[in-house]
Amino acid sequence: MLLLAGIALAFYWVPMAPLEGFRQRIFYIHVPVALTAYACFGWGAWKGLRLLWTRDQRHDLESYTAIHIGTIFGILTLVTGSIWARTSWGVWWSWGERQLVLFLVLFLFYSAYFMLRYSVDPGPRRANMSAVYALFGVVLIPISFLAIRLAEDLIHPVVFDRDVGTNLAGSQLFTFVVCLAGMLVLAAALYLNELTGKRVDARLRELRESLA
Amino acid sequence: MTYLGDVAALARTSLLLELRSRDTVPALLLFVVSALVVFRFALPADASDLAAIGLLWIAVVFTAILALTRAFVAEREGRVLDGLVLAPCDRSAIWLGKALGVLAFLLVAEAIALPAFGLFFAPVDGATVAAFLLADLGIAAVGTLLAAIAAVSRARELLLPLLFLPLVIPVVVGGVGASVEPDPGRYLAFLGLYDGIFAILAWATFEYVVTE
Repeated sequence: MLLLAGIALAFYWVPMAPLEGFRQRIFYIHVPVALTAYACFGWGAWKGLRLLWTRDQRHDLESYTAIHIGTIFGILTLVTGSIWARTSWGVWWSWGERQLVLFLVLFLFYSAYFMLRYSVDPGPRRANMSAVYALFGVVLIPISFLAIRLAEDLIHPVVFDRDVGTNLAGSQLFTFVVCLAGMLVLAAALYLNELTGKRVDARLRELRESLA
Repeated sequence: MTYLGDVAALARTSLLLELRSRDTVPALLLFVVSALVVFRFALPADASDLAAIGLLWIAVVFTAILALTRAFVAEREGRVLDGLVLAPCDRSAIWLGKALGVLAFLLVAEAIALPAFGLFFAPVDGATVAAFLLADLGIAAVGTLLAAIAAVSRARELLLPLLFLPLVIPVVVGGVGASVEPDPGRYLAFLGLYDGIFAILAWATFEYVVTE
């Protein structure tokens, strides 16, 4: 139910503000997706911290699921950002586009997270390592952003000018906020969905083992 | 034993292991010089010395990966890591001792690489040296923790670069910036920030990486 509400919110309102041409609409998807990804990574790191604090293993699954969802949203950010770049400037990728570069770095980082999980046997050790890595990730986000901003002077000057602007008109702002809320709800729904599913799987496995 | 006493003991062990095998320093010398020669051929004819500096940083990053892979090899093979962890010392002392060992390795490597670079390409200035020193601290801090994670995993040598490279991107940005730009202050400050934040994070979380 929550999922449907999320999707409905995210997409229904977009046609409401066709003020700057159809291409600009992707902004309402791209930025909320990016912000939601940050939120997921932050939540994953928070759950990781809780794991280290309380040594309660439940937090491991919560942290993992949050980062999983976050990575999916991260990939979506890269894809939507790429589409936007293509429609606005005619190229699929631009190193001058800070958000995209940041998400590329984060994508690499969190992909390594999954490599880490696959190459360590399940257990409290893996949970601890994943939690620590998730904390590193969330610290990396602002540091990487700073680094990318510094690097812009080195790599090449910013050629493309983003026309979004920080001053959104009233209805645009409203649409944006609604889309953001929708995305967050969607992410939360996916998170709860995946978490429940995994918990059920684990419970099933436990039952099977105890019966055997 | 006091905390610092533990750290000193561990650092000494790391260093002794490295130095006892007499071929380490000559091998390192050869590796660094060979890498620089490869770079010379990898660059196009009219490439500036600035491009070469970028490659020097890459060389240091990959030397660091070498150093880190070696950092926990002895422990892994002798299962000594568990013994170290069981010892009644603060686990973060292990991290600090190992990190100092890695730092020493990197300093030796750079003591070879920077003069060699000066010989083959162009002399390096004070800001570059400062940048390398700061970068070494960050690399040693973060890398040692990641090496401990990778040592326990099944993928080992594959996993370490995967975990390490995204985290070292800001270091490369800061380092190359400080080496290349006429005003290195910002980049050096950024490297200092990176070092401070990640060293504290690594110091605080290392305990959780090696225990359950």
